[in-house]
Amino acid sequence: MRTATHAKWVACAAAAALAATACGGGGDGGGTDGGAVLSSSWGDPQNPLEPANTNEVQGGKVLDMIFRGLKRYDPETGEARDMLAEKIETTDSRTFTITVKDGWTFSNGEKVTAQSFVDAWNYGASLKNNQRNAYFFAYIEGYDKVHPEQGRQSADTLSGLKVTGERTFTVRLTQKFSTFPDTLGYNAYVPLPRAFFDDHDAWLAKPVGNGPYTVRSYTRGSQMSLRAREDYPGPDKARNGGVDLKVYTDNNTAYTDLMAGNLDLVDDVPAAQLRNVRGDLGDRYLNTPAGILQTLAFPYYDRAWGKDGMDKVRRGLSMAIDREQITETIFHKTRTPATDWTSPVLGEDGGYRAGLCGDACAYKPEEARRLIREGGGLPGGQVKITYNADTGSHKEWVDAVCNSVNNALGNDRACVGNPVGTFADFRKQITDRKMSGPFRAGWQMDYPLIQNFLQPLYYTNASSNDGKWSSAQFDERVDEANAETDTAKAVEKFQRAEEVVRDEMAAIPLWYQNGSAGYSERLSNVKLNPFSVPVYDQITVG
Amino acid sequence: MGRYVARRLLQMIPVFIGATLLIFLMVNVMGDPVAGLCGDRQCDPATAAQLRREFGLDKPVWEQYLTYMGNVFTGDFGTAFNGQPVTELMGSAFPVTIRLTIVAVLFEIVIGITLGVLTGLRRGRPVDTSVLLVTLVVISVPTFVTGLLLQLLLGVEWGWIRPSVSPEARFGELIVPGLVLASVSLAYVTRLTRTSLAENKRSDYVRTATAKGLPRHRVVTRHLLRNSLIPVVTFIGTDVGALMGGAIVTERIFNIHGVGYQLYQGILRQNTQTVVGFVTVLVLVFLLANLLVDLLYAVLDPRIRYA
Repeated sequence: MRTATHAKWVACAAAAALAATACGGGGDGGGTDGGAVLSSSWGDPQNPLEPANTNEVQGGKVLDMIFRGLKRYDPETGEARDMLAEKIETTDSRTFTITVKDGWTFSNGEKVTAQSFVDAWNYGASLKNNQRNAYFFAYIEGYDKVHPEQGRQSADTLSGLKVTGERTFTVRLTQKFSTFPDTLGYNAYVPLPRAFFDDHDAWLAKPVGNGPYTVRSYTRGSQMSLRAREDYPGPDKARNGGVDLKVYTDNNTAYTDLMAGNLDLVDDVPAAQLRNVRGDLGDRYLNTPAGILQTLAFPYYDRAWGKDGMDKVRRGLSMAIDREQITETIFHKTRTPATDWTSPVLGEDGGYRAGLCGDACAYKPEEARRLIREGGGLPGGQVKITYNADTGSHKEWVDAVCNSVNNALGNDRACVGNPVGTFADFRKQITDRKMSGPFRAGWQMDYPLIQNFLQPLYYTNASSNDGKWSSAQFDERVDEANAETDTAKAVEKFQRAEEVVRDEMAAIPLWYQNGSAGYSERLSNVKLNPFSVPVYDQITVG
Repeated sequence: MGRYVARRLLQMIPVFIGATLLIFLMVNVMGDPVAGLCGDRQCDPATAAQLRREFGLDKPVWEQYLTYMGNVFTGDFGTAFNGQPVTELMGSAFPVTIRLTIVAVLFEIVIGITLGVLTGLRRGRPVDTSVLLVTLVVISVPTFVTGLLLQLLLGVEWGWIRPSVSPEARFGELIVPGLVLASVSLAYVTRLTRTSLAENKRSDYVRTATAKGLPRHRVVTRHLLRNSLIPVVTFIGTDVGALMGGAIVTERIFNIHGVGYQLYQGILRQNTQTVVGFVTVLVLVFLLANLLVDLLYAVLDPRIRYA
């Protein structure tokens, strides 16, 4: 009898524990009746959680839930739509007058005004605040004073920003930039409440925003509980009661937890599970295109790679890579062979053009051999593909690419992988211009614009032009495209610039990356946006 | 005794300085951490310079080390890259790992010594042989295999436990991870106890005690076990440090946000402050555990005395 009661007691305790987790800790739910709370896997954000300081997916995920900016990218099409912006007007593509919609508030009750934006942008641009995304404000006049390349800043605010009314402000850029309004959906441009500036530490401990969710509790490094905001004024009110983001040390554990029914959503299916994920989850596995392109970049500062005729060698290398086979065997179709230098998420209208790369991106071993011979052969007789070995299972695909190249060229030593221990060291070698051959380059778009796939990567001395490629013709065409006021024409001009990248094979496009996610039976309406982040506010539970 | 302890504590100072210096240099050699902070894109030079200045990375290494040690003595372990003070990270990580270590050590003591006594007293019998076989298997199978298998079986297939540990990491949740963590050491403890016991069983004082007509359990616990435990205590003592620092694999599998996880993150992000801070504390734990072991000798065997 005694054992029986004991067992009963344990069962009760377990049930109580389960119930407690199901309602997310129970207690003061803030009176939301939007439904149950779901749990989702999360990674520890690398930087302090400030809008202009967050440059990776994990922190961006949270900002996307607690903030809304002037624009918002449509979760399906990636199109930039007005959110807080009532209108953004310009006559010369250089000075923009922005009107903020009425009736928006932060979750602490404060009104969202033009000042909330201007203060936030000034904070983000200012050198002394160490914001990793400060360069997003580089187009605004006065950036060179607030964020000089060297020395101290000589101004605290951007001269190009002016508040002209409670709900209006003007932005003056240093150059024509017709698609500027479409960039305003990026997280760095969200408004900030006074609380952010008045008590910064308190804000970091529990961020306050103007989005459909509020932060209920935040234990750094382990969990953040977000709850649906009842007085949210926007049209995209959360369809669930809230989200508990749980930090996982390993995405394999998150997947195991999903299988055991302790977790509702995993937005990064581990590579090791891709083979059985269809069987495990069936329809509850998502594999949708994201704005991520993997390429091989080249060190143009290295004389061997910068000399004439090397474009033939680069094209030859590109043709020696069997993209179809690698994406199928190694990535289990979570990546698609690339045929241009943008991403399918842009859509035809946005500038994606399938097949732009043409034969140069097709597997043609014989032609590859011929081109490389004509171009003067591989520098030093061998290419070394440099990558970081600590994350992202890069070793597998680099080895596969090398195998493919070796097979095509009929030479066992034509291509080898060159692993670097940590990501930081890898980045350091790139910034120090120490690369001696092709290296792994991944580009995750900041906003779904063709401009974002070209200008930061290939424009002379651009922020992410790691290979230091430079082409006067390309620069000229990008400038032209930026000056074009008509969006469709601007996109066309960007594509003309992309043709220069293609003709010179500035970087070898490898594959477009998909976002992957798996979820439990409790959830429905789960979707990934073009940034491969789940659209949390649309998920329904139960 | 007091003088012995004082001398030992003084000896810790050079060990402490040497160990921290080594770690500091090793982490520094790995390269520039600021380069990795901006993701797949170059930090703009002004921000990078500012960050370097803020973390003191623009100074020569010896100066960085001196400033760091100076700060450590005032209890300031610096700031991690995500803006959190390292002491705060320690405050959340160490309690979890200490709980995990306690569970593991308890397993070692209770199961390991019990099995050791059982087998040591019945050498050559079926019990002995089967336990020896089992320990051999446990020692030869890597921890991550045992961990993942147990997680899959108990957590997913049978649903007895949750596959991952919650951030609070209560004792109850740590039983399985603790067992996994302890498994290899547990097998060693069993074997050590067994051998040591079997050896001492034939010694004169045990024969005398038996001849005096003492009850068997008293002979075993008071006379035999007490002397046989000296090597076992040494092993468990040094193992405490090893368990705390070496829990990375177990912590990763069961999603435990402890010392191993923080160290792993610190190394990946090349965060000198985090890595050196945590290792410093681990060195201290190791040294203190060793001191404790030495002091325990005197309790176990009065012949071993420290003047």
